[in-house]
Amino acid sequence: MANIAIQNVTKSFGSYDALKGIGLAVADQEFLVLLGASGCGKSTLLRIIAGLETADIGEVHVGGERIDQLQAKDRRLAMVFQNYAVFPHLTVFENIAFGLRMQKRPQEIVSAKVNQVARMVHLEALLDRYSGQLSGGQRQQVAVGRALMTQPKVLMLDEPTAGVSPIVMDELFDRIIEVARTGISILMVEQNARQALEIADRGYVLVQGANRFTDTGAALLADPDVRKSFLGG
Amino acid sequence: MSTPLITIDVAQRRLRRLLLVGAAIATVWVLLPIYFLVVNAWSSQEAVNAFPKAFVPEMNHESLSFLLGFDGVLTSLVNSLIVAAITMVFSIGLGAPAGYALARYEFRGKGTFRLLILLTRAFPLPLLALPLTVLYIRLGVDDTLVGLALVHTMLALPFAVLITFSLFSGVPTELEEAAWVFGCTKVQAFRRVVLPIALPGLAASAIFAFVISWNEVFASSVLMIQNRTLTAFLLQNLDVSPMHMKFAGGALLVLPAATFMFLIRKHLFAMWGISNR
Repeated sequence: MANIAIQNVTKSFGSYDALKGIGLAVADQEFLVLLGASGCGKSTLLRIIAGLETADIGEVHVGGERIDQLQAKDRRLAMVFQNYAVFPHLTVFENIAFGLRMQKRPQEIVSAKVNQVARMVHLEALLDRYSGQLSGGQRQQVAVGRALMTQPKVLMLDEPTAGVSPIVMDELFDRIIEVARTGISILMVEQNARQALEIADRGYVLVQGANRFTDTGAALLADPDVRKSFLGG
Repeated sequence: MSTPLITIDVAQRRLRRLLLVGAAIATVWVLLPIYFLVVNAWSSQEAVNAFPKAFVPEMNHESLSFLLGFDGVLTSLVNSLIVAAITMVFSIGLGAPAGYALARYEFRGKGTFRLLILLTRAFPLPLLALPLTVLYIRLGVDDTLVGLALVHTMLALPFAVLITFSLFSGVPTELEEAAWVFGCTKVQAFRRVVLPIALPGLAASAIFAFVISWNEVFASSVLMIQNRTLTAFLLQNLDVSPMHMKFAGGALLVLPAATFMFLIRKHLFAMWGISNR
């Protein structure tokens, strides 16, 4: 079971309240999308779950285990960063293998697993390349591949389509749907609200650090208030 | 439609030509003195003093072999290498963590610290010479290679800190965070991700420290008596020597530093994804 439960998470940066008592639940194998205007605290929430920020108060549980006291490396979560954070000094192969290398797995296992994941994210032909030789879409594939390697309990994606062209964006969403079908829990922060809600099971809408709307993607798309605030009518 | 495109093309070509001419002038500006230094160092005394100057060295090793055989030259050359190497290690060892802290952490007095570190260069060395000598004699580190390396480290450190600061600022924090999420401790993330990316810049910073130490002459003359470095030794002995010996001494100073830079050049020009040359 890899359900996520977030209870009363609050975070301030100086006098600015980024998150005000957020509660949120993601069921096992659920695909949930976090929406909201920029600066509403979505990315901060993701960073708190990943262990890159600490909450002032509140708890984070994954699979029934409390993880907010653990270091990022011990949380066994995976994340696709906004600018993908593909390591520029490593090949695509080594980028994807990174998590298993840290676990000191034998070379044969690493190779077999990298090849399997590379097939899944359509990177088999590019394993020797460096990130400087890849397109934006290919870099995102590397980031997704790297995230899937360690068989994480939860995959988090922070605005995976930021700054890519509409055509590439459709491809990226297709790939995320493919990943979601493998039975992993997904928590995605996304600016393109309409498309994200179409593919996600459920959506949470944050407004100024608080949870305003929670419902299935279809219901949120139909909600007049949500449409007015986030989907342009 | 096609006319403006051609104009842009011509303008770009002109700019490119201008850049090439500029680069050629800069290269000649740097290489010509070194070239004459090398030509004269490998020429006989008569050829050095003759006019017009030869453009091709005679490959006469007399001046150089005389200088190398001169009592104390080899020892001071080795001293210079040791002091420069220690300076390099000290200034990167102390400067890189400071640069990393400046790039990654917010702390009170950060701006003041950045300014203060430059202030170590505000005191002219001649002003510090007397108190420094007295202190060194009291501490018993006068006339020692490590003692001199400490002074050179002080001279090189501000540059090491500021160069590594901008270097580490250029490595996105996201890369480090990705390493943490995928199983690295902070130290492992630094070693496996930040360090390899910053290596070319660190090498440049190390060369800079090496060259500062290698060229430094004042502290080496004041603090050292038995264990002088090459610059101090040559200053003392070549001042009244004939011209061909001065050229040989100059070559002896320039060539090891140039060789060292040549050896680590691939770290300077390393481009990920493109083979290192």
